[in-house]
Amino acid sequence: MSKELIVSKIRNGTVIDHIPAGKALTVLRILGITGREGVMVAIVMNVDSKKLGRKDIVKIENRELTAKETDMIALIAPTATINIIRDFMVIEKRKVVVPSVVKGLLKCPNPTCVTRIEPIETVFETISTNPLILRCVYCGSELGLEEVETQLVSSIT
Amino acid sequence: MESGFKYRDVISITDFNRKDLELLFDRANTLEQYSKSRLRLLENKVMALAFFEPSTRTRMSFETAMKRLGGSTIGFTSEEAISIAKGETLGDTIRMLDAYSDIIVIRHRLEGAAKYAAEVASVPVINGGDGKQHHPTQAMIDLYTIWRIKGGIDGLTYGVLGDLKYARTSASFTLALGLFRPKKIYLISHPLLKMRENVKRYLRSRGIEFEEVERADDVIEELDVLYVTRIQKERFPDPSEYEKVKGTYIVNMRLISKAKSDMIILHPLPRTEEIDRKIDTTPHAAYFKQARWGVPIRMALLTLIFDVEV
Repeated sequence: MSKELIVSKIRNGTVIDHIPAGKALTVLRILGITGREGVMVAIVMNVDSKKLGRKDIVKIENRELTAKETDMIALIAPTATINIIRDFMVIEKRKVVVPSVVKGLLKCPNPTCVTRIEPIETVFETISTNPLILRCVYCGSELGLEEVETQLVSSIT
Repeated sequence: MESGFKYRDVISITDFNRKDLELLFDRANTLEQYSKSRLRLLENKVMALAFFEPSTRTRMSFETAMKRLGGSTIGFTSEEAISIAKGETLGDTIRMLDAYSDIIVIRHRLEGAAKYAAEVASVPVINGGDGKQHHPTQAMIDLYTIWRIKGGIDGLTYGVLGDLKYARTSASFTLALGLFRPKKIYLISHPLLKMRENVKRYLRSRGIEFEEVERADDVIEELDVLYVTRIQKERFPDPSEYEKVKGTYIVNMRLISKAKSDMIILHPLPRTEEIDRKIDTTPHAAYFKQARWGVPIRMALLTLIFDVEV
């Protein structure tokens, strides 16, 4: 651990560490954070990492992530670790896990999939995590990382 | 012996394994002799035929199979489906049929419709074709035809020709081959109509050797079985492109003159011009037998789903 911190510690909130380099802004977008919320948000990008070579870090004050948000982050940043901070102390460390089934979060890209016409919750199975490939259980269409990112970001903004 | 078919839905051919299919083929072989009889095996059963999309062969062969087994059928055709639905959701229509019948056969233009119907219905659902995706009972007929004529599926070299991207029959046939040990599969198509990635991924996961080629001419000598599907003009963004390439994918006497003498040609029908009619009278043509065996295969499937002894 570096002795000098680039940004100060937060009292309460979440630190998302080990984000693949360059993905910090996408993570913030997925969390719906615009910067106008008035809470302290720190973004560190492309810093050295023993595990990843380079990584991004995001610190968000006064916010603890929901399970759904953790799932979304797992899809686009599977290496991320989530630390929940209370009173400057890490009270919980979570490693994100790419869910084996993704329900209701994403739209099937196939315009003639039954989920696009009928009122059905979408279900995707994760068939590969690296590279990320999700498959619609109804029509077999596959979704890659790029499409997942685009959908997650546009579903928020 | 309890089979893998008992009260099961039939959504994709990959829901089943080799043992299941061999049991089905044995049963169909027994039932062939009764395909013009009236048995009483399913006397109290009602089949609902939910054909939201046009079909003649699939619908009529299911209806024939059910009636030959002593059961009865209800249902609607695509034209009637419009008025039946009256804006109703697919789920609600299926719930109605679920209440009226013991088994539902569905054909629908949307991929995944049969899977969704199976989730809604308490009775078994058979996929009679969902959009571009699956047509599992056609694949059962296709493999049965090979099993009957060639004595088995393993160790043969296959060519799958035509529209491999949008035709559900070529996808289901190729997936079905993945349940066995073919020597090699040639996927023969125009670059715009190449086999879908998920089907190829499945073949790789099963360790099946396959190769994508553009011309049937280059591989015809090696083939034991040639599976042909229709190429639809509307799949090409530019109609002149279709006119240019269509000749490459027509099976004619010149092409089969280079084939093995016992190479067989399958086609799920209907065909248009992709197989020259001169081939019909050669020993290569297996597609009319294939169409005829649609009834015993579906009879066998129904007896296995309803778990009745034959």
